[in-house]
Amino acid sequence: MRVMVIVKATGDSEAGIMPSTELLEAMGNYNEELVKAGIMLAGEGLHPSSKGKRIAFDGPGRTVIDGPFAETRELIAGFWLWEVKDMAEAVEWVKRCPNPMLGPSEIEIRPVFEAADFGEALTPEIAAQEERLREQLSK
Amino acid sequence: MATRETHQAIETVFRIERARLIGGLARLVRDIDLAEELAQDALVTALSEWPQSGVPRNPGAWLMAAAKRRAIDGFRRREMLKRKHAEIGRDLEDEQETGVDAIEAAMDDDIGDELLSLIFTACHPVLSPEARAALTLRLIGGLTTDEIARAFLSSEATIAQRIVRAKKAIAKAGAAYEVPRGEELRARLQSVLSVIYLIFNEGYAATSGPDLLRPALSIEAQRLARILAGLMPDEPEVFGLLALIEIQSSRFAARVGADGLPVLLTDQNRAKWDRLAIRRGLAALERAHGLGGATAPYVLQADLAACHARALKAEDTDWPRIAGLYDTLLDIMPSPVVALNRAVAHCMAFGPDIGLQLIADIEASGALANYALLPAAKGDFLFRANRRAEAKAKFEEAAALSSNEKELAFLLRRAVECGD
Repeated sequence: MRVMVIVKATGDSEAGIMPSTELLEAMGNYNEELVKAGIMLAGEGLHPSSKGKRIAFDGPGRTVIDGPFAETRELIAGFWLWEVKDMAEAVEWVKRCPNPMLGPSEIEIRPVFEAADFGEALTPEIAAQEERLREQLSK
Repeated sequence: MATRETHQAIETVFRIERARLIGGLARLVRDIDLAEELAQDALVTALSEWPQSGVPRNPGAWLMAAAKRRAIDGFRRREMLKRKHAEIGRDLEDEQETGVDAIEAAMDDDIGDELLSLIFTACHPVLSPEARAALTLRLIGGLTTDEIARAFLSSEATIAQRIVRAKKAIAKAGAAYEVPRGEELRARLQSVLSVIYLIFNEGYAATSGPDLLRPALSIEAQRLARILAGLMPDEPEVFGLLALIEIQSSRFAARVGADGLPVLLTDQNRAKWDRLAIRRGLAALERAHGLGGATAPYVLQADLAACHARALKAEDTDWPRIAGLYDTLLDIMPSPVVALNRAVAHCMAFGPDIGLQLIADIEASGALANYALLPAAKGDFLFRANRRAEAKAKFEEAAALSSNEKELAFLLRRAVECGD
């Protein structure tokens, strides 16, 4: 299964305080372990939300909102995409991660949807319909 | 923490550490069975101690130390027995001391390539390709015999026996349980790469079936290729194989239609291709070239796969480049299947007449008789040359040779498309 591993933002990360050399080194080693275990698919760190933008949707309306955004604890500072056998394995690997922030911090794991997760809702008929739509769109 | 949760956490830690543990222990005791047993003993110890003491900071090292202590205990016990039974004096005592010393010395000798040495041992050339694949999945993938049997559509007894025999053959061959060096590394690496590719294809070729374990084989092979790339960062062929597997796996969602039939590469809905997998594949390919692997077989095959991956629409495919790559591949890896693929590429690049000419050469050589894809390709060339009646006959000939239900349906459909 694939999981997205999300590093939550903190006041420090939102303030643009860069990680120390020690943390960078520890993270580098950790990333190397992830690669050697064959589970790492992708991973990036993100700039603070002050450099981000949001687009709010309301019916046909689209409003662009400039960062920074207030609710720090709900923001993300980085992510990985991993291929693991199950959630327990993902949890175990996250426990081995060095604390990504100076103070207390949080990492969240979310399973990525696979085709099988849609179960019976995705009938062959719907799949075929989707296929036809895509074909029409690509013409 | 609740005991059940703790146990689950411990078992997960063990699953993560298991292969490295067995690799290190096998080197020590020179016996894979005993290594597996010692690793299992270490798990039992952890299950009894960790719920009280908590999971140690470096669980892998803890498990290894526990297993090595068991190894030394076992060794001492066996030597003691031997001594009691034989009642031999000083000579044996000296020998025995050396044995324990060797194990204790090896305990400090952490060179960090336990996993790699285990991969090379499991893929030892004394074993048949099937035995290598089964042993690799068992030891490195951590799959159970039952899981491997289901994945290979075989019986558990057959696979269990295959694994037992493989372990015996390795012991008999006096394998070093180490990563080979120099010239030997070249040859042995080929064996490792072909095992990973075999496992990948075993899963990839299965387009359906009640058992989801077959696609899981492909995922396991991808993981093995990534592990190998992490452990051997300077080997172009390793990155070639990784690139090939990543790019091929990007087409998982597109290669079977809603009717369950395989979809030709050129007909696949490219919106369904996994762009992230393609990106990883292209990055690995770039690395393989950077390491000087341009003419290595897996790198060339990855180059071919990349030509398709780069084309956002089938019409954009650079067929002349693909034809050229097949020319090179046929030079370094002469095989009738490569020759057939080369004919297909030349047909796409330079027209069906050239394709038919190349396929006539293969037919004349007598190779690939009874291989359904030969008349299937010829049928396709004839179809493109607008020789529908001849094309229909070839598709029907191919269908008669096909043993795969889905492939058969596909070929019959193509025959019908030729009209009457």
